[in-house]
Amino acid sequence: MSRVNDFVVRFANVNGTGSASANYLFAKSVFRMGVPVSAKNIFPSNIQGLPTWYEVRVSEKGYLGRKEGIDLMVSVNPQSFKKDIASIKSGGYFLYDSTKPLHDEFLREDIHFIGVPLMDICNREFTDPRQKQLFKNIVYVGAIARLLNIDTSVIEGLFAEQFQGKEKLIAPNVKALHLGSDYVKDHFTYPLEFHVEARDLVGDAIMIDGNSAAGLGAVYGGASVVSWYPITPSTSLVSAFEDYAKKLRKDPLTGKNNYSIVQAEDELAAIGMAIGANWNGARSFTATSGPGVSLMSEFLGLAYYSELPVVLVDVQRSGPSTGMPTRTQQSDFISAAYASHGDTKHVLLIPSTPTECFDMMADAFDYAEQLQTPVIMMSDLDLGMNDHMTTPFKWDDNRKYNRGKVLTADQLESLPSWGRYRDVDGDGIPYRTIPATHPTKGSYFTRGSSHDENAAYSEDSPTYVRIMDRLLRKLETAKKMIPAPQFYQEGKNSDTAIVFYGTSMHAAEEAIDILKNEGAPIDAMRLKSFPFCDEVGQFIEQYDNVFVIEQNRDAQMRSLLINELEINPKKLVKVLNYDGTPITADFILKNIHQHLFQPIN
Amino acid sequence: MTYIKPKFAHPRLPKNNLGYTRKEYEGSLSTLCAGCGHDSISAAIIDACFEMNIEPHRVAKMSGIGCSSKTPAYFLSNSHGFNSVHGRMPSVTTGANLANRSLIYLGVSGDGDTASIGMGQFAHVVRRNLNMTYIVMNNGCYGLTKGQDSATADYGSISKSGNMNSFEGIDLCALSIELGATFVAQSFSGDKKQLIPLIKAALSHSGFSLINVVSPCVTFNNNQGSTKSYDYVREHNETLSSLDFVPVKEEIVADYDHTKITMVEMHDGSMIKLNKLSPAWDPEDKLSIMTALHNAREKHEILTGLLYIDTESVELNELLNTTDTPLNQLTEKELCPGSKILEGICDELR
Repeated sequence: MSRVNDFVVRFANVNGTGSASANYLFAKSVFRMGVPVSAKNIFPSNIQGLPTWYEVRVSEKGYLGRKEGIDLMVSVNPQSFKKDIASIKSGGYFLYDSTKPLHDEFLREDIHFIGVPLMDICNREFTDPRQKQLFKNIVYVGAIARLLNIDTSVIEGLFAEQFQGKEKLIAPNVKALHLGSDYVKDHFTYPLEFHVEARDLVGDAIMIDGNSAAGLGAVYGGASVVSWYPITPSTSLVSAFEDYAKKLRKDPLTGKNNYSIVQAEDELAAIGMAIGANWNGARSFTATSGPGVSLMSEFLGLAYYSELPVVLVDVQRSGPSTGMPTRTQQSDFISAAYASHGDTKHVLLIPSTPTECFDMMADAFDYAEQLQTPVIMMSDLDLGMNDHMTTPFKWDDNRKYNRGKVLTADQLESLPSWGRYRDVDGDGIPYRTIPATHPTKGSYFTRGSSHDENAAYSEDSPTYVRIMDRLLRKLETAKKMIPAPQFYQEGKNSDTAIVFYGTSMHAAEEAIDILKNEGAPIDAMRLKSFPFCDEVGQFIEQYDNVFVIEQNRDAQMRSLLINELEINPKKLVKVLNYDGTPITADFILKNIHQHLFQPIN
Repeated sequence: MTYIKPKFAHPRLPKNNLGYTRKEYEGSLSTLCAGCGHDSISAAIIDACFEMNIEPHRVAKMSGIGCSSKTPAYFLSNSHGFNSVHGRMPSVTTGANLANRSLIYLGVSGDGDTASIGMGQFAHVVRRNLNMTYIVMNNGCYGLTKGQDSATADYGSISKSGNMNSFEGIDLCALSIELGATFVAQSFSGDKKQLIPLIKAALSHSGFSLINVVSPCVTFNNNQGSTKSYDYVREHNETLSSLDFVPVKEEIVADYDHTKITMVEMHDGSMIKLNKLSPAWDPEDKLSIMTALHNAREKHEILTGLLYIDTESVELNELLNTTDTPLNQLTEKELCPGSKILEGICDELR
């Protein structure tokens, strides 16, 4: 079997040593050679000194999920040598800094050792102590470029882009790159049996992380007030919004900002500010992770019951409690879907790619304002913080923001009467007013306490029930508005099916492909939103068994399906990956095979 | 139960410059206990807004949870109000203010809502110098849950059930001055004459204005031994300054005695005509007011009047360099960069 454009390289570094940009350089150069690539950063919750890994999968077939089994390990971190060497596939390669000899205890008979004296080379060639350290990373990139048949001119092109305005830095980087490349040329056989060959397989794809895409989506979606509290892995989303807004949202005449960003004192304040801004008619959002959702719950209940739009992004990480802050998971679904005390239910959007992060983020403001309720976009660390190959973003210049049912002064003037919580149209969505619209009409008292159709305080039981029931009707309207699931087939072709969502998509699609090649195709559905559209239940109903693929311990989406659609639990088979690493196709297949009592190929 | 006041108004009721009567600044009938200090504060807010010719719909009434936070229903019914969650009025007001910097933000809160559950948000709204007036209706106890001590109850104060408070009371005025508040005043709900000009001045101030109003709880904290009872406050009220508020464009009659009266010019051009009653104190000197507050505490006195003002105050929107147009009025034209720019961004990501 050809190993061209089909392998996994893992880099083992110490965090805080500048390795991230060197490793990204490698991934980007494969992408530039037209070959599909996906990169995953596996990093500690720490600033400096602990092991960190960067895993790159190169896939001719375009599989972008993570894959178990490392073909080439590039390790410059003796702390993790033992674990790193153990993780290499039999027949694989271990590239290390041979300035110091490798201890015998690390040797393995079934893998190849490639020693490159990175530190020696840098000590010899560079004088500046910082450069000696940083260029070690570039030297190994040069070495693997030679081993994997990557065109160094592609990497040189990336240097030129990276150091625009700092051209002095290009020459020493190019020098370091060639030192690595030349060392391999003089000492080893190359290329390795697995390597890169240029292709034209990426089309017009772009490479970006989900948080940056969502930050940009919020700029396009018209967010003007952003409040936030720093928390991994959501912080870079607001940073991206700020970076783009600085460039794209300055008033051309005054140079003043057509946006406001406030770093709040905590997550409670962050969501409070976003709700206050939306109440006052500006599009506003905040971004957080699981612990933040816990803290925001009370406010989400207020927004739900007082019917105010607000957009929240939950970039999920491994819980519970502080959990593993830098590892991925899809474990906030139940807490987000029903956030807050009392009977509540929230609209969730579930992106799988950065392009969907961009689109759903922009759309989230339309949904929130049309529905007058919180909309939560459920991203995760894998999607948010890793660079992904994705289709380019598109924007229709004729698009108008859909601000929902907001009354103007003229409308208030002409209406015989108005009540904030009256269901005039029968879709469960009332008409709202923004403060200061009209001198004498349209004011009301927004409150989280029980109220009647005219927003007056009320403890009258029938009134309370009427309002609570209308809120359910509103969610029925939501189901018709929010993204429908994606189906991978026409009609019914198998007795079992799989359901997945979010970042399980790439691994699941790969598993579907493999099953098809094995002659056992399986029907599939990807969920994109909550509450579930009618198609979701209709799809599941058709099959004897449905595998629900998730990245959490408690099968949270399965619980939501059972709870919302009253599906027989026996029918829904759990496939759960919750170790903090992104799910793989092998993992999915192993579970499906086990359940179907078929031998694993 | 909801009470609705009759809409009928006497045709000869005096009107302000906008043609509104005082009635148009009122709210629905209060459901607080008869004699509650909070109702007097609501009345003072109504008078201040009426006399200042404020358009009611340009005011946003913000509150948290508690007796005090119910009061926005009892004044300015032509204003939008937001009764948010307990202790979180500051964050909601911050977001609202960022969305539309041109409105007047009037927050009312209580001592529990501010000094206990809301202490974090209170501290941060002060240090951000949000352009709002923050009135604390301070009665030293939790009314709605039947009279428990709050964090502003003074050490040694006796509750209705006869227990002595053995914890230090939080002085919201001193605290907010430390945190960088740019307008701090203290008053008593029973002193309308002092409270109305203070509210007017606070509403005119650009930046964060605190008015801590001691407002006795007639039901749970008006007993002998309480330091927040009507009798105690009347007896221990030490007026630091008396003042008149002179709105913009109103001619200042120069008949005052310069040795006694200080004129403080506000951001919007209005003036505070201040009668200083303590020679050791200067309203623009933090140290002098901190000393005065400390001394008053030692003597069990409650200093009232304007305590501190920073006339150079820079409010949050200015600090953030936000555009002058309220953000909630921006449209696709200003907000959305369009497809061409997006294509350029994508090109850089290849």
